[in-house]
Amino acid sequence: MGKSKNKAKASWSRNDKIFFGILVPVLALFFCFNTLPLIKGFYYGFTNFKGYGNYDFVGLRNFVDIFTDVRVGKSYLFTFKYAIVMTLLVNLISLILALGLNRNIKGKNALRGIYFVPNILGGLVVGYIFSFIFTYILPAIGNMTGIGFLQNSFLASTKTAWIAIVIVGAWQGIAMNTIIYISGLQTVPEEVYEACMLDGASGWKKFSKITFPLIMPFVTINLVLCMKNALMVFDQIMALTKGGPSQSTESISYLIYNNGMSGGQFGFQSANAFLFFIVIVVISFLQMKFLGGKEEQL
Amino acid sequence: MENKDIEIKENEVAVEATETVEKPAPVINRHPEEISYKGAKKKQGVVGSKAVNRIINILLVLGCLTIFFPLYMTIVIAFKKPSEMTNDVAGALALPEKWSFDNFAEAMRVTDFWHSLGNSLLLTGITVVICILLHSLAGYLIGRKMAKHKAFKASYFYIVSGMFVPFAVLMMPLVKQTAQMGIANRIGVIILYVVFFMPMNIMLYTGYLKNIPMALEEAACVDGATAWQTFWRIIFPNMKPMHATVAVLTAMSTWNDVMTPLVIMSGTDQNTLPLAQLNFQTQFGTNYNLAFASYLLALLPILIFYIICQKQIINGVVNGAVK
Repeated sequence: MGKSKNKAKASWSRNDKIFFGILVPVLALFFCFNTLPLIKGFYYGFTNFKGYGNYDFVGLRNFVDIFTDVRVGKSYLFTFKYAIVMTLLVNLISLILALGLNRNIKGKNALRGIYFVPNILGGLVVGYIFSFIFTYILPAIGNMTGIGFLQNSFLASTKTAWIAIVIVGAWQGIAMNTIIYISGLQTVPEEVYEACMLDGASGWKKFSKITFPLIMPFVTINLVLCMKNALMVFDQIMALTKGGPSQSTESISYLIYNNGMSGGQFGFQSANAFLFFIVIVVISFLQMKFLGGKEEQL
Repeated sequence: MENKDIEIKENEVAVEATETVEKPAPVINRHPEEISYKGAKKKQGVVGSKAVNRIINILLVLGCLTIFFPLYMTIVIAFKKPSEMTNDVAGALALPEKWSFDNFAEAMRVTDFWHSLGNSLLLTGITVVICILLHSLAGYLIGRKMAKHKAFKASYFYIVSGMFVPFAVLMMPLVKQTAQMGIANRIGVIILYVVFFMPMNIMLYTGYLKNIPMALEEAACVDGATAWQTFWRIIFPNMKPMHATVAVLTAMSTWNDVMTPLVIMSGTDQNTLPLAQLNFQTQFGTNYNLAFASYLLALLPILIFYIICQKQIINGVVNGAVK
């Protein structure tokens, strides 16, 4: 593999041609259902297409309107608020859980197995189950115990509905991140901890100076994964709030789906979708730069 | 990661393993004079941490309640009669007076359960098989020639960059496109899955190829096997651990996906298991017992699958994320 550079201009052997020949249909398939719709979406972004009938070109109007559209602005604010809170909360809890589950405890494997269960369940059905908890169980507990903030359903208020979505998202997301942190903690060799003990380092100092830097690549993986999933949140919103109350929990994905598919804003939401794509690319790029920089430390 | 590494004993894997062990070595060497105390100190540490471990153990077991509570609630509500659902907490959470399967029978009828289950199995099964066959082949083609020709390298980056494109971005044009092509149905959904998981899977397969030595292929080449034969006879079986990872990742995402079938198959009267829960919400109305019976039915297949293949699923998910 190492001699790749000087062979860059190597001539094509018969074998190479066969390889590329087989690869071309795969590339064509990928182009047809990934790149082509992306280009088409960009194209629709310049039109006033409603999703049916005729349409005209409107130039850059959609792309300008996105930035003044209140609903789009709200959906971006909600999605970013959700993604940032989710990423921090999920990673904090997962890391604590993983540190616990990595210790020499009884029933370790069973516990790990149980904590992973939420990840395999579908977001939509989980959302419906939690919807019942938020609408009936928690207010009932609130009335019974007299705890004020539980008495009204989380889902009914514009101030608290997003918290409900965070709770459901975190319930599922923690499962995944915990498992990745555990596999990260297992890469730290026993000798390091022993050396640590000799130095008298323990507790927080041991964690912050030794464990955490050593599992840094896993931290970045988890941050990237969690952020990516949270930015695309859809199922939970579909099940819990459908974007309400008064559009306070409309994620970008949900807005594109709702207004683009049935709200007659096909053209406008295409422009929005393209902007969303750019945002995702920029965020991924920044995260990869961060990831690359951190991995060298190890 | 560990499991897979053990299964294929290739040189490169061994090098990786020793590297991770060797790196922290300087930390140990810093205080060589203290190593003689190791035994005594270690004993102390173990005694001290035993009590801590017990507390952590109890906390972790208690923490499991957050996992079990929603599942417990789903089960008891699913078995109850609507008349048992009083307005207090006990009404919802107490065990049912009589464990009756009537709700399940009704839910199966209302949501056309077997049909939805069949669709979910069909979509997931076919997608997984095509993904394994096609993506491993493409991963092999790209991985073996990437270093030699720019065209392959460009293909790799072209496909892998598709990971940045969320489905929501492509959704609207894809709905139009599949309708125009006459594949706004299960076939279309499978094609979209195969394309959508391609970046991730090709990255996994291409990365894994480094563990398979060239010597294997060269030997086959000497024997006069074509590239096509070499792949299916030599490379494909050797990629087995990665097939497991790809199968788990693809199957889990496909099985639980709502968005793709929701927008693509909306014109057909076909449902997948999650989609049925969405489409029959109005029919459930305020009959939560019926709804929860249906939710439980929707969760059961994957729960059973998880109980059987827990280890493979966890390994697959970790492999996919860490690579």
